[in-house]
Amino acid sequence: MPSLRFHIRFPEEKVKEPIIYQIGHEYKVVTNVRRADVRETTGWMDVELTGETSEIERAVEGLRKKGVLVDPIELNIVE
Amino acid sequence: MTKMKALVCRECGKEYPTKAIHVCELCFGPLEVKYDYDEIKKVISRKKIEAGPHSMWRYGDLLPVEGTSSHSIIGPHAGFTPMVRAKNLGAYLGLDELYIKNDTVNHPTLSFKDRVVSVALTRARELGFETVACASTGNLANSVAAHAAAASMQCYVFIPGDLEAAKVLGNLIYRPNVVEVDGHYDDVNRLCSEIAGEHGWAFVNINIRPYYAEGSKTLAFETVEQLGWRAPDQVVIPMASGSLLTKIKKGLQEMQALGLVDRVRTRINGAQAEGCSPIATAYKEGRDFFRPVKPKTIAKSLAIGNPADGYYALKATAETGGAMDMVSDEEIVEGIKLLAQTEGIFAETAGGVTIGVLRKLVKQGTIKKSDVTVAYITGNGLKTQEAVVDAVGRPVRIQPSLVSFEKTFKMGKNGQG
Repeated sequence: MPSLRFHIRFPEEKVKEPIIYQIGHEYKVVTNVRRADVRETTGWMDVELTGETSEIERAVEGLRKKGVLVDPIELNIVE
Repeated sequence: MTKMKALVCRECGKEYPTKAIHVCELCFGPLEVKYDYDEIKKVISRKKIEAGPHSMWRYGDLLPVEGTSSHSIIGPHAGFTPMVRAKNLGAYLGLDELYIKNDTVNHPTLSFKDRVVSVALTRARELGFETVACASTGNLANSVAAHAAAASMQCYVFIPGDLEAAKVLGNLIYRPNVVEVDGHYDDVNRLCSEIAGEHGWAFVNINIRPYYAEGSKTLAFETVEQLGWRAPDQVVIPMASGSLLTKIKKGLQEMQALGLVDRVRTRINGAQAEGCSPIATAYKEGRDFFRPVKPKTIAKSLAIGNPADGYYALKATAETGGAMDMVSDEEIVEGIKLLAQTEGIFAETAGGVTIGVLRKLVKQGTIKKSDVTVAYITGNGLKTQEAVVDAVGRPVRIQPSLVSFEKTFKMGKNGQG
């Protein structure tokens, strides 16, 4: 089963929402948080999504629609 | 001598073999090379370095490759660029001892990227790769394509379909496979991350990144040697991903740890363009994290809105008591002109950022008159001529006659000068 790793970032107004929980329920992906720093006004998580590639892509779109920033774990690599 | 001990996670410290991997499997932190400094100390010396090749490979003992013989190195002429004593610019800014580290003349593609790419491709070949790739909109593509051609390696360059394609198409002269992805910057970013994970290619700034990034240390090594084996008081470094800044710090620390320089008290200062300044803005607001931005600046080679090493750059600057600042597009152009008109060095827009921020830091009193200061100029102005074309005036037009010439310049009997 494919796995992809992402760095996701929460704006202040989304910090309190259980977005990772919701994604795990709304899409057929397993979410696995490996590292995170969540504060009052901001937060980020390094997370692995496991599932069919198309379902992972749908989950990423779903995360974006919920207002969080989703990047590959490497962040910007276009130099 | 086995100088590389392992790849080590910068976050949790877990160690890995020195293969083509870049992310910790445990915590997803970035990996970097861990050296056996005790072994290196036995063989390295100022004398040995001075007797080495006239390139950055004179510091081969501190670079993450197994062999440093001339036939195994890809890019053997990279580095050891001039350290220019900038008397005119120093006098203009009010600095007694200012130097320009001039990577506008780096070989073969006129930017500091030749350093990192030389290390990346040399290591890639050692690891058995024959195909190299990168995602780039400029200098990196240029350097990877040129080095791959010289090394007879297959090369793929990925570019966003909507961004500056014309600039990268110049790379076709080296015959890489330029892949224009039908999408935006973020799409290319994600696709390349996925390709690097799926295919057995050496993506220089993804799975080879731990080795690639180490090439930047050579700027610190050269600085120390070219200053007569002493570390500067202040350095000003342009920031894109932030990696260059962190590696210059690491290079200075290595020189000190190995006894090659007596004392390092260098303040490390970072420079960004206002239109893409996630790291410098975080510094100014006193945050230890940055907020990603959508770049909008003429300094395209620094336009990384979500910088991979931003956090580490903030940390490095704070640890050394340095500062960060940013400049507007107008100040960037002014910086390019100032460097050209005082020192005869034509820098690309990133150089304008460095000079603009240097100027600010001097004005603020952060950099003092007597500080030995080095500014890093990382790319050649011929690459970004469009940035200054409207700011340099027009030629003086005359008729093809001596009368016209003398009148125009008020010389001789016709000009009565």
